[in-house]
Amino acid sequence: MIPPELRAEAQGETPAEAAVEAPGHRRRLFAATLGRLLRHRLFLTGLCLFGIILIAAVLAPLIAPEDPDRLAMRFKFLPPSAEHPFGTDNFGRSQWSRVIYGAQLSIAMGLAVVALNAVFGTLIGALAGYFRRLDNPIMRINDALMAFPAILLAIGITAVLGPSTIDVVIALAIAYIPRTARIVRASVIVLREMEYVQAAIAAGAGHWRILRHHILPNAMAPLIVQLSFLFAYAVLSEATLSFLGLGAVPPTPTWGNIMAQGRQYMTEAPWIITIPGVALMITVLGLNLLGDGLRDVLDPRLRVQP
Amino acid sequence: MTRLILRRFASALPILLMVSLITFALMRLVPGDPSAVIAGLSATPEQVAAIRSDLGLDQPLPVQLWRWYAGLLHGDLGRSLLLGQPVVEATFLRLPVTLALSAYALVLTLLLGLACGIIAALRQNSWVDQAAMVAAMFGISMPSFWLGLLMILVFAVNLHWLPTGGYIAFSDDPVGWLRTSTMPAISLALLQAGLLARITRSTMLEVLRQDYIRTARAKGLPRHLVVFKHALANALIPITTVVGITVSLLISASVVTETLFSIPGIGQLLTQAVLNRDYPMVQGGLLIVTGLLVLVNLVVDIGYALLDPRVRYDPA
Repeated sequence: MIPPELRAEAQGETPAEAAVEAPGHRRRLFAATLGRLLRHRLFLTGLCLFGIILIAAVLAPLIAPEDPDRLAMRFKFLPPSAEHPFGTDNFGRSQWSRVIYGAQLSIAMGLAVVALNAVFGTLIGALAGYFRRLDNPIMRINDALMAFPAILLAIGITAVLGPSTIDVVIALAIAYIPRTARIVRASVIVLREMEYVQAAIAAGAGHWRILRHHILPNAMAPLIVQLSFLFAYAVLSEATLSFLGLGAVPPTPTWGNIMAQGRQYMTEAPWIITIPGVALMITVLGLNLLGDGLRDVLDPRLRVQP
Repeated sequence: MTRLILRRFASALPILLMVSLITFALMRLVPGDPSAVIAGLSATPEQVAAIRSDLGLDQPLPVQLWRWYAGLLHGDLGRSLLLGQPVVEATFLRLPVTLALSAYALVLTLLLGLACGIIAALRQNSWVDQAAMVAAMFGISMPSFWLGLLMILVFAVNLHWLPTGGYIAFSDDPVGWLRTSTMPAISLALLQAGLLARITRSTMLEVLRQDYIRTARAKGLPRHLVVFKHALANALIPITTVVGITVSLLISASVVTETLFSIPGIGQLLTQAVLNRDYPMVQGGLLIVTGLLVLVNLVVDIGYALLDPRVRYDPA
């Protein structure tokens, strides 16, 4: 009779893995975490706030049928009304459409920055944390990149790449990846020394397998928390860059662009700057609250509010 | 202590070296030919070639690198294309403006952040605590340029209390400086104050739960003495590191604030440089600002060691 641990190993699984992969275990863990999140008041508030913006962004073509770039000079500077819920700008464009399509762009760009961070931040952090020989060279470059204030580095990179939606995403990703990598590295270093990882090494598991199955799944909690805050920073930084004229080129309806343009007409049409700002704040506030909630539930050690 | 300071300096050196290398690489990474981008579409090939040799981009890379570091050691980072002024001179001319504004914002941050954080911690879970933390959350999530815009709209455009923008140096007219700097400083400080309030609250709560605080209260010391002498002194230690980060965040946030309020500081200089493809200025300005921030963090680090004897004990 072969003991179960050995059998598992013969099938290519180490004992630790067999325990983790027990049927239904992951699903139960996920359900329990979700349940705790949904009982967390701040998380729910954040979910609602961000949800409003997300739904508006997804349903943009349905709820904002008017083309955000359509000029209608005879309608210029109309204050908010039933027909134009957010008023019109100096070209008579519907601010309702522009703000909602702006939400789409903000969320898409923020998500892209988050995705790039998730991939490259994890990769770089895992390499530095797991392979001792790579740690020093990688972290030297990482520290230097982190010495630049993120937004200044992003501005420097947009100077090189030129202003466009994709280039802004790349610039912001490069500015924030070192910070993500640092967090992943910190958890990997701790996990690498854990007994179950040592056991997997002793059982002859390869580096890639150990990283993928034993280390990274357990390094996810701080990463997810970091990424949710990063989402907020990315949306905020993108708006800042495009407000400065360093982001997507006008007339692209990013919130930053709308506000930069509305600045000149502040006295006659204050709604052009106020409404996108409210939308931006709701998004950032929602994401920050989501981040706080995730941190409380996933990573109680980092909790700010006891 | 001297050894510690020397060691910290030594650890900052490779970072500075790397930072200078990254800024050097930045201009060389411009897709295509940076000289052609600078010269514009209507330039003749001769004009492009002239700019290229002016920037030294016609030299082989090792020579360029050598010249970059040789210049760096002489305090020469090239000439701004836009201003026709040496980059170092242009940066240091505007530095005092940014520093004065950041210092003002830092004072506001500390006052607001510490006060909110301490009060919230002392009244944990009361409505005061919750109100303070909601306010902090709003502060963190408020885009600083939008807050600036709203303040301009209310206090400058509608109420005419303060000018919409511009800058008067403190040495020229202190009242004028206050009038031009207050709105920018508030818009910079609110975000930082929110962060600081949250950190102060959680550190204070942690310290207040320690045994020695209970002992101090039990032996009959008045509450305010315990809070300010026993608790705050220890809570301030982790807060010191936050101040280092705050300075860095304030300087980066000043990019947008200065542009918004037309304040002739480094932030506005860099934004103009990027918008006008003034590569030497972008490169040099970025290097100087980052270099200074590395030094600020070094000073904070050493200050931390002075405050907390446990940090001074360094087994390495």
